[in-house]
Order: sequence, then structure tokens, then C-alpha cells
Amino acid sequence: MTGALLETFDVTRSFAVGAGIFSQKQMLKAVNGVSLRVNKGDVLGLVGESGCGKSTLALMLLGLLPASSGSILFDGKPVSHLPRLELARRIQPIFQDPYSSLNPRKSIGDIISLPLRVHGASTAAERQRKVDEIMELVGLPQRYITNYPSQLSGGQRQRVAIARALIMRPEIVICDEPTSALDVSVQSQILNLLMDLRQELGLTYILISHNLAIVEHIATRVSVMYLGRIVEEKETEALFRRAEHPYTQALLASVLTPEPGLGIPDAQLGVEFPNPMDPPAGCTFHPRCPHAAVVCSRKAPRPVPRGTAGFTECHIYDEAESVSFKSAAA
Amino acid sequence: MAPSDKAIATDGAGVATARMPSIETVMQPNAATMLARRILGHRSFMVAAIIMAGLILTAIFAPLLAPHDPLDQVLIRRLIPPIWAEKGQWEHLLGTDMMGRDYLSRMIYGARVSLLIGFCAMMISGVLGTVMGVCAGYFGGRVDMVITFLLTTRLTLPVVMVSLALVAVVGGSLQTVIIILGCLLWDRFTVVMRSATMQVRSLDYVRAASAIGCSTRRIIFSEILPNILGSLLVIATFEIAHAVLLEAALSFLGLGVQPPTPSWGLMVSEGKDYMLFEPYLVMLPGLAIFTLVLAINLLGDGARDIFAPENRN
Repeated sequence: MTGALLETFDVTRSFAVGAGIFSQKQMLKAVNGVSLRVNKGDVLGLVGESGCGKSTLALMLLGLLPASSGSILFDGKPVSHLPRLELARRIQPIFQDPYSSLNPRKSIGDIISLPLRVHGASTAAERQRKVDEIMELVGLPQRYITNYPSQLSGGQRQRVAIARALIMRPEIVICDEPTSALDVSVQSQILNLLMDLRQELGLTYILISHNLAIVEHIATRVSVMYLGRIVEEKETEALFRRAEHPYTQALLASVLTPEPGLGIPDAQLGVEFPNPMDPPAGCTFHPRCPHAAVVCSRKAPRPVPRGTAGFTECHIYDEAESVSFKSAAA
Repeated sequence: MAPSDKAIATDGAGVATARMPSIETVMQPNAATMLARRILGHRSFMVAAIIMAGLILTAIFAPLLAPHDPLDQVLIRRLIPPIWAEKGQWEHLLGTDMMGRDYLSRMIYGARVSLLIGFCAMMISGVLGTVMGVCAGYFGGRVDMVITFLLTTRLTLPVVMVSLALVAVVGGSLQTVIIILGCLLWDRFTVVMRSATMQVRSLDYVRAASAIGCSTRRIIFSEILPNILGSLLVIATFEIAHAVLLEAALSFLGLGVQPPTPSWGLMVSEGKDYMLFEPYLVMLPGLAIFTLVLAINLLGDGARDIFAPENRN
């Protein structure tokens, strides 16, 4: 267990929903027992459909939201015990929408230098030098320093957000859908920038995305999340070559192709996304799973180690349950 | 994503703009010029601003502008009509009232009272209401519950009734009217600031600020407040108008500013007995109240258009 920069053990976060005067509080488990391990230099892709708990997990990793149970260790120390500023210096987020992640009333220079001012211990000249340096690094021309976010394009804004996140030279950057709000033509620039910066500054990324193409291109490891749990985790290549969990298979099958004749792919997920307030019994995926057997609705699957450093949480691959599936494990 | 994409990466931040910086600086005026242009281009805002500036200057320089002492009673010169009437006299441009006091001087000093009450009551209620609204919106939960409770409690109280009762108990004076109105008019500030704060608070830049490690105070003062200042300004102007009207009403009912202090509301009240024969006694201060309130409201409307165009209904 050496080399892990960020580790989570069985992290759960629940929210109380619909608390009225007379009605009882209902608990919504947004993240349900997630164990992750991010090594230094990794790019961990976190994939899953909307509402599966990706962003809640990201907030917990950033220390902005306390976990209901379980522990998050950063460099071996629990995140909840680390001083706020130290954590802020070492983990930084990049948000999805560069139109809402920059304060419209502040100039670009002010936005980028905010972390330096908050963390103190630098003179005005030094701050200026660091801002110039980081702007150069992310490819923003110097003259934008006095402009306001409204005068910049989406791609430029995202560069500002990246500059702000990187100016304190953090070790981990959590990118929450860093390109999904951008034009396709700008997306590749931002991704290339992120990859270049990773090389240059030795960064570790946690990349949250629902865009499988981006994840395949960038990530070294991929975790697939479904309804607050990680159902499959593997090296990127292994996952894309041979997806084992039926949900991962469905995700991969649902990718749109640029060829017009093929139409919209049918992922074979008949039922709607289940109500997270009232998750299905047993395996939470069983109502939508094409291979579901009786055991799936009764018993929650356990993580089954697959390959060198991965697991799949599905009864199909569990030796103890394999009797139920004769030909399903294709 | 594919390696070939890198080749077509003609960056918005790079090539096109960097080549011709001079054109861009010409095309893109800075924020201050843009704002000035929007203010100057807004006609009703400009008209209201000029009226307000005139009234404020009148109030400040009242001793210099008033031709007579507003409290000086000359009983043999009672009820002289304004200059445009048949028996008008140049010495009293707007005539005199039933006590023989110069009406123009009283009107000029009356602007002082109205504006003073309007601004001071707005300041008190603004500070109270904004603090409560921002706290409720930012912290949510229990804090929000308590403040919302206070707010609904306040909304159940009829302002005029409560202030009348309070003034009757404490005794009317300029200070009491200001304090009572200030403590009663914070509801709209709280409502608007609460919802504006809730809106801004959920935006990513606030989240980014807390991920950077900003303190709560810093987040509220430098991330949230600047972004809700526009709506604050609009509410502030409306509340000035509200306070001016309430002062006039209270003074008219005899429980606001006490005679002989010249206040427009009081002047309407004093003139009502003579209304049938000397209508100018009521019309002139009434017109003054009308102009002031109209100007303030236009100013607020204009401020909303200029600072927060997205909030227009």
C-alpha cells in the first residue's frame, strides 16, 4: 500500500431529503461505500451516468463535504484532520462550466492570484511574477490580465480556471467534466493542455466524465460508478478491451458514433434509472441488467478481483454464484 | 482527442487575437466606459438623476437658497397666494401659509427632512435586512429557519399601524421616525438578498473559492456581495421612496415630524383645512412628494436595467 496519494475506504455520503414537520426524513445515499486508490501520477477516470454520485464524491475528496462514514486519506492522513489551507494547497478542482466558475465581478488577474492572496506569504511583485508565469503556462496572453470573464471565450475561461487551480502547484487536480461545457473544437485544446501540464508539473488527475472517448484517451485507470457504488475498476486499456460488468458494457455500447446511418445505439437498458431514494434490493443494477438472475435481486454482489489490478462487482464473475449463470458470462 | 486534433488547434487565446491587438483594443472598451455609456444612454435614469441631484443640492444648501426663515411667523402676511395668482407678491414666490411663513422656504427645508428620513431609514433597514438576508441565504438550515420566521412575523405587522402605535407611545420626532421606519422596512431587503445569495452561493466560483481555502467572511464579502450589489441598489432606492411616503403619511396624521419643523407631509396636513380656498397649500408639498418619489423610483428602475439586466421581468 505504498505510493497511494489519495485513498478512500468505504466512503458513504447520505443526504436527508423531504424532511417536513410531520413526514420522516428519508435518507438518500449519494455515495455508498466507495473505496478508491489514486497513485501518484495516475489519471483516474471516474465514469457514470448523471446522478450516480460522481460530483458528490469529488466534493468529499476536496474536503468541501464531510463524509457520512468511511475515511478519506490524503498522503496517509485523514482529509478531515488536515488543515483547510494545507488541503487547499494540495488538492484543487477544475469545474465543468467555466461560465459559472469565474466570479464575473473580478478581473482575470484577481481571479488567478486569489489563491496566492488567501495563502499569504508572498509580496505583490512575487504574486505578479507567478501570475505571469502560470498564464504563460496555460496559454493565456498577458493582456487579458485586466479583462473580465465576460470578455473571454469559453476555452479561454477554462484556461483561467486551470491557471487558478494550478497556481499553488497542487499535487492532485480533480477535474469535474472539464470539457463538457466547451465547443468540440476547444475541447481537444483543453485536454491537450491538461496532459501537457501533467507532464510538466507531475500532476495526478481525477477525471470525472461521462465522455468515454475522453476517458479512454487520457485516463490510466477507470472506475465505473453506478448508483453511488463503483461497480468496475480497471486499467484503461483492459476496461475498454474487455468490459466485464454489464453496466460498463452498456455504457460502452451507448457511445454515439459520428456515422449518421447507424442511428442512436440501444444500450438494452430497458428500465429507467432507478430512484436513488429507494434503490433496488440486491444488486442495484439488476432491474436493468440483461443477464440478471434470481440471485441478483436477493444478494448484493461483492467485488471480484479481475486481472492484475482491477475488480468487477457482479455475481457473474463470482465463483460462488456462477451456478446461476450458465451461458451469461460471455 | 485524436493526435491529429492537435494540429488544428487554432486557439481562441492565441493566433487570431494576438496578431492584431490594436484592433481588439479599439473594438472592446473597458468595463468603466461600457457602464458610463449604459448610464448616459438610459433616458429616464438620467432625468431622474438630474431631479434627484437638484433635490439633494437643494436640501444641502437650504440655508443659502431659502429666501426667508422657514419658522418665521408674520401673522399680518398670512395666506398670500403664489406669484402666479392675482394677489401674488414677489417677496413670497410661493406665497405664505396660514401662519404667515414663507412657503418656498418651508418647501426647501422640507426637502431636507424628507431626504434625511428616506436615506437614514433606508440605511438602517438596508443594513439589518442585508445582514439577515445574506446570513439566511448563505448558511441556510437553522439560521434560515429563524430568519424566515422573523421575516414572516414582520410581514404580518402592518407598517403604518405599528409605527403609529410606536410613535404614539414614544412621542414623535425626526429621530424616532427614522429609527422606527428603519426597523420596520427591512423585509424587502431580506427577501431579495436571501434569494440572491442562495442563487450565487450555489455557483461554481463560490465552490472554487472555498476549495482555495477562503474564509467564510472572504467568500461573503468578495465573492457573494459584489454579485448581488445590483439588486441591493434597486431595493435601496425603492425603500427610500417607501420611507419618504410613510413619513409623509405619519406627519399628515400628526404622529410623524412635529410642527413647526417643515416637512412636506406635515405641510399637506396643515394645509388641508384651507384646501378649498387655498389649494396651493396642499398641492405644492404634494407635488414635491410626488416628484421625489417618482424620481427615486425611476432611478431604481434605471439602476436595475443598468446593473442587473438579467433581473428584468
